[in-house]
Amino acid sequence: MKFKLILWALSWLFRLARGCYPAFRARLAERDLVVQIRSEDGRAGRWYAFAGGRVRSGAGLHPEARVALVFKTAAIGARLLMPPIDQLEQIDALKNFLVRLEGPEDDALWFAQTVMASLSAGWRFGRKMKDGTTRFCTMTNGGPLFVYVADGKIVRTTPIAFGKDDAPSWTIEARGNAFTPPRKGLLSPHAMNWKAMVYAPNRLLQPMKRVDFDPNGARNIQNRGISGYEPISWDEALDIVAGEIRRMKREYGTGAIASSNGSHHNWGNIGYYLSAKLRFMNAIGTTEVHHNPDSWEGWYWGAMHHWGGSLRVGGGEPFGTVEDCLKHAEMIVFWSSNPEATNGVYGGQDGTIRRGWLRELGIEIVHVDPYYNDTAQYLGGKWIAPRPTTSPALALAIANVWISEGTYDKAYVAARTKGFEAWRDYVMGVSDGIPKTPEWQQAETGVPAKDVRALARKWAAKRTYLAVGSMGNAFGGAARNATGTQWTRTMVCLMGMQGLGKPGINVSNLQLGVPLDFSFYFPGYAEGGISGDLNNTALAGALYQRMPQLPTMNPSSQIIPRLRLPDAIIDGHAEGFLWDARSMEGQFTKVVYPKQGHAPVRMLYRYGTALLGTLSDSNRYVEMYRSPNLEFVVSQAIWDEGDTRFADVILPACTSMERYDIGEWANAGGYGAHFHSQVNHRVIAFQAKCIEPLGESKPDYEIFTMLACRLGLGAYYTEGMRDIDWVKRMFDASDLPRHISWKKFIERGYFVVPPEAPELRAPTAYRWFAEGEKKNVPEAMPLPGDYTEQFLEGLQTQSGLFEFESSSLKRYAPDDSERPPIVKYTPAWEGPHTAGLADRYPLQLITPHARFSFHSHGDGKDSFLNDIPDHRMLIDGHYYWIVRLNPEDAAARGIATGDLVKVFNDRGAVLCAALVTARLRPGVAHGYESSAVYDPLGPPGRSVDRGGCLNLLSPRRSQIRNSHSMANSTAMVQIAPWDGVVEYERRAPLTPGVAPADAMPAAGG
Amino acid sequence: MSKWNLIVDVANCTNCNLCALAVQDEHVGNEFPGYAAEMPKHGHRWIDIQRRERGAAPMTDVAYLPTMCQHCDDAPCVAAARDGAVRKRADGIVIIDPETSKGQRQIVDACPYGAVWWNEARGIPQHWIFDAHLLDAGWTEPRCVDVCPTGALRSVRVDDAAMRRIAEEEGLEELRPDLGTKPRVHYKNLWRYTECFIGGTVSAVRAGVVDCVEGARVELRRDGRTVAETVTDGFGDFRFDRLAPGSGTYTVDVRADGLPDAGREVTLGESAYLGEIRLDPAGA
Repeated sequence: MKFKLILWALSWLFRLARGCYPAFRARLAERDLVVQIRSEDGRAGRWYAFAGGRVRSGAGLHPEARVALVFKTAAIGARLLMPPIDQLEQIDALKNFLVRLEGPEDDALWFAQTVMASLSAGWRFGRKMKDGTTRFCTMTNGGPLFVYVADGKIVRTTPIAFGKDDAPSWTIEARGNAFTPPRKGLLSPHAMNWKAMVYAPNRLLQPMKRVDFDPNGARNIQNRGISGYEPISWDEALDIVAGEIRRMKREYGTGAIASSNGSHHNWGNIGYYLSAKLRFMNAIGTTEVHHNPDSWEGWYWGAMHHWGGSLRVGGGEPFGTVEDCLKHAEMIVFWSSNPEATNGVYGGQDGTIRRGWLRELGIEIVHVDPYYNDTAQYLGGKWIAPRPTTSPALALAIANVWISEGTYDKAYVAARTKGFEAWRDYVMGVSDGIPKTPEWQQAETGVPAKDVRALARKWAAKRTYLAVGSMGNAFGGAARNATGTQWTRTMVCLMGMQGLGKPGINVSNLQLGVPLDFSFYFPGYAEGGISGDLNNTALAGALYQRMPQLPTMNPSSQIIPRLRLPDAIIDGHAEGFLWDARSMEGQFTKVVYPKQGHAPVRMLYRYGTALLGTLSDSNRYVEMYRSPNLEFVVSQAIWDEGDTRFADVILPACTSMERYDIGEWANAGGYGAHFHSQVNHRVIAFQAKCIEPLGESKPDYEIFTMLACRLGLGAYYTEGMRDIDWVKRMFDASDLPRHISWKKFIERGYFVVPPEAPELRAPTAYRWFAEGEKKNVPEAMPLPGDYTEQFLEGLQTQSGLFEFESSSLKRYAPDDSERPPIVKYTPAWEGPHTAGLADRYPLQLITPHARFSFHSHGDGKDSFLNDIPDHRMLIDGHYYWIVRLNPEDAAARGIATGDLVKVFNDRGAVLCAALVTARLRPGVAHGYESSAVYDPLGPPGRSVDRGGCLNLLSPRRSQIRNSHSMANSTAMVQIAPWDGVVEYERRAPLTPGVAPADAMPAAGG
Repeated sequence: MSKWNLIVDVANCTNCNLCALAVQDEHVGNEFPGYAAEMPKHGHRWIDIQRRERGAAPMTDVAYLPTMCQHCDDAPCVAAARDGAVRKRADGIVIIDPETSKGQRQIVDACPYGAVWWNEARGIPQHWIFDAHLLDAGWTEPRCVDVCPTGALRSVRVDDAAMRRIAEEEGLEELRPDLGTKPRVHYKNLWRYTECFIGGTVSAVRAGVVDCVEGARVELRRDGRTVAETVTDGFGDFRFDRLAPGSGTYTVDVRADGLPDAGREVTLGESAYLGEIRLDPAGA
């Protein structure tokens, strides 16, 4: 009876929504269709006939029903349909076959989504403003935005200024000052570039097919990257892609499809690659292109073995360091730490203001970087400029001074660390006869010995913060070059000597560690979103209990290490190591492609941002795209850039401004746990569909849904939900409903989480460790089973102590010369020492993370960033990527600022605009990684690129053999005035991926 | 009568370019009749940022100078315009009328700051309008101020006497006082961009190794007179700043207890890093 009543009520819900809401009326008009809802035995049921935009309904069974929603019994039907809908019960019912959907996939899905639409028909998004615009909200990789829209067009975007209704800001009291942040979100440059990105002339606005690609005939793979495209219909495009997915499985087996994506596409927990895309790829079964811990690199493969932190990719605890630093530190050493360039990561410029307080307090500042970087420019201070890749030698010399002069924290070393003696003997030359003195390092680093001694003495005498990498305790900078593991290891060892965790002694650049309320739950993007994937995201440990969803699991366990993807395709063989964060030992697992008995990869599903300029030795990817082994390439992308032009079929996706999503500023979750401690206020945005998708572009979720329908997976993939329904589910799963109603949230567009009460703020990172207490910072890591003596006692290391001599490395590979149990200095395998290289390619090129764009996000696209003279330079009608060089090096080559120059080595050649600057030491060139534009002037793969992909020149070799890591801020190059010679022969790189270790010179000095 | 002023703190500009990007966001693709025609997507920088590097590695610094229409009270562009195409509003803002200014390229040429841009396609001069269209609609500050993360840009609406007081208190300067145009944009810490330094590093051999000399007394003299004195820091570094470029020949004298004196002479063009000065008994 109850069942029948609910079904009757549903028919009235349709009628009511139809009467009130034109959008729902339009939806009803989309299809003519009879839908049956019934019990399995057919004794209870009701039909709904949609025709001509109207809906009729009747009790009983309809003979012409095309779609049927069938419940095992009427009682079960009543329970599942009775509002409020319980998601867990729904999922449970699906898993236990209590309910099923019959009929053609797209019709069934249309009905399910129409039911959802009837519930949401009254939702009103955005705020009407006095000037006639509607104000929406969105979240970007660089901060939250108000988006003002009129007549379906974006008029302007602005930062979000917080009002009286919003939560207050925190205050830090330090040395008689009260510091409080501005009442707004401070943006990254690329966040103020969105209007140009949305309306970019290279937006992909219709599905396309390469003109000479015929899925049933000649594929002309050799013409990828050369031939043009013709528009095709969505139906044709989806039929080709779905057909190829089926063919791959039929002809080769599950796993013959590999899927690959960049990491920084659009913001949003629904549309993110770890969400909608992962859900789809698991649903069809793919070989995972396994990411290297890019941007962390050296931290994961190096420092972690001394201080743990596997679940933070080798990085440190973030808590409380802003307050501790401002209160207690007397000096801060920024070592390859340029947060002003990268805004940490995702953090907008909220951290900039905090670092400004260092100046106000007169805290002494030192910068160690081959480039006088943006942070140095802003803060000033002493600049120490080692040659690239030599920082570990400089660090060893600092340790040498401390040991010689007895100025390290002996009590701390005795009580809280292990294995110091072995390292001390190396540092002092007892074990190898070479004391690592300041004089020893001078020949290697180019830094005068006296400066190292002065720095070491100041450091020992003052309570000193070490700011390492762009996040201050990990990430970017020197962690991405050939000696990245050595660098991170020496960095943490220095802190182990000076009492990491004591007041004023910690690892931070004030980017992380803002005193926020971390107990307010809102998921980060790595917490799985709608992926259903409990293995490859943080879903199981975080979001799943709050947002139950159909679990998904990739049937293929075959893995290709991402940096070896070209090898896998071209050579049919690839090896690497896992990024398995659960333990320190997770990374010791070797993966081999092909996996025994598994399908060879013959199709690539490309998704998201341009990746070509981001990965090292990019020409190898060009080669891969043109390999006959790759029978089909589909690219689902927003812009025609980078790798898109190597696809056979292009599926045009819309931007996050043209669809619904939800996300919190800088909250990555998972491997990026507490990344939102970078921002001054936790801001959670309802990411409105500000405008309709441009052209024929569609939301990624919709594209995946349409493909899923063609494969019979529509209901499984969507759970009957539209993207907005998932957004609502995520809202409900978070702590937001306790503070703001859905109605208010979607109208106002954002919510500011109140800051933590001062007395409840998270304790300072590692203070517990320094004081020998139990761990008391709010992070569920390491895993409970990974403590040694007692839960919450000690670090993740085997001893629970800071290990100068690493137990894990000693156990795994004690004789590994590249990564011995104690950190030693071995010069980079590609550097001025490398025999036969420096005479031809004398300049060390460093390629740090970009300042104005976010990897390839924001670059190219004819965007506003083109007009920033430090991003690209306009020469003869083209915007060229910039390479920086010292006045001496420029003069020796007859190069002036604004000249077109060729940057080249055996791997390739890139055309850049020169910028001559005293901010570099001689012998070093500087250009950002990650141009979005790949624009070869001749044949792809063997002609000069004027797009600016400097990674064409970087080595594909891992930092160390027992890893899967990039060393792409390492390249010996030559720079010369542009000679107009377009084509080149790519020569075998001097340092191939598996170069023997014995090619290395002995330690310098 | 309160009027708009912009205060630019050179010491806080990080070259993030958000001000310039916000101008593009506001004006590209948008027409504001009576205020501004659409801005060309590329090639115009109504707010521009100039770069100035001083010194040489490893003693160097970099200053960024945001420049824009100075909204002068005695604006050469107003004088150069025909048909009243450029007007001075009561609130101090200068507006080039997008209609009547058509074809008047002399308005571009008249601006001694190079802050008026010629829109080739439309045949009109254009500039940063202080977001007058938004202020008139009730906004409390122009967009460049709204987006500036460090407070390097600040707008104030006060009467001229109050502005003079602020300028006095904060040491604000005009970008080009020699021009006498009475700009409404005022600069703080302008010396970071316009002036020079002489710096060096003092070292000595002690206990058989070269070390930095901290606390060495350094005197800067010109024409026999002491210009400034300082002491070296823990890295042995000293720096005399805020010297006028091309201001003549200076002598630098270095004295440290128990070490021989040293001296250097430098004729100042741009900033000069003298490198390492070794206080060596053998005479460096």
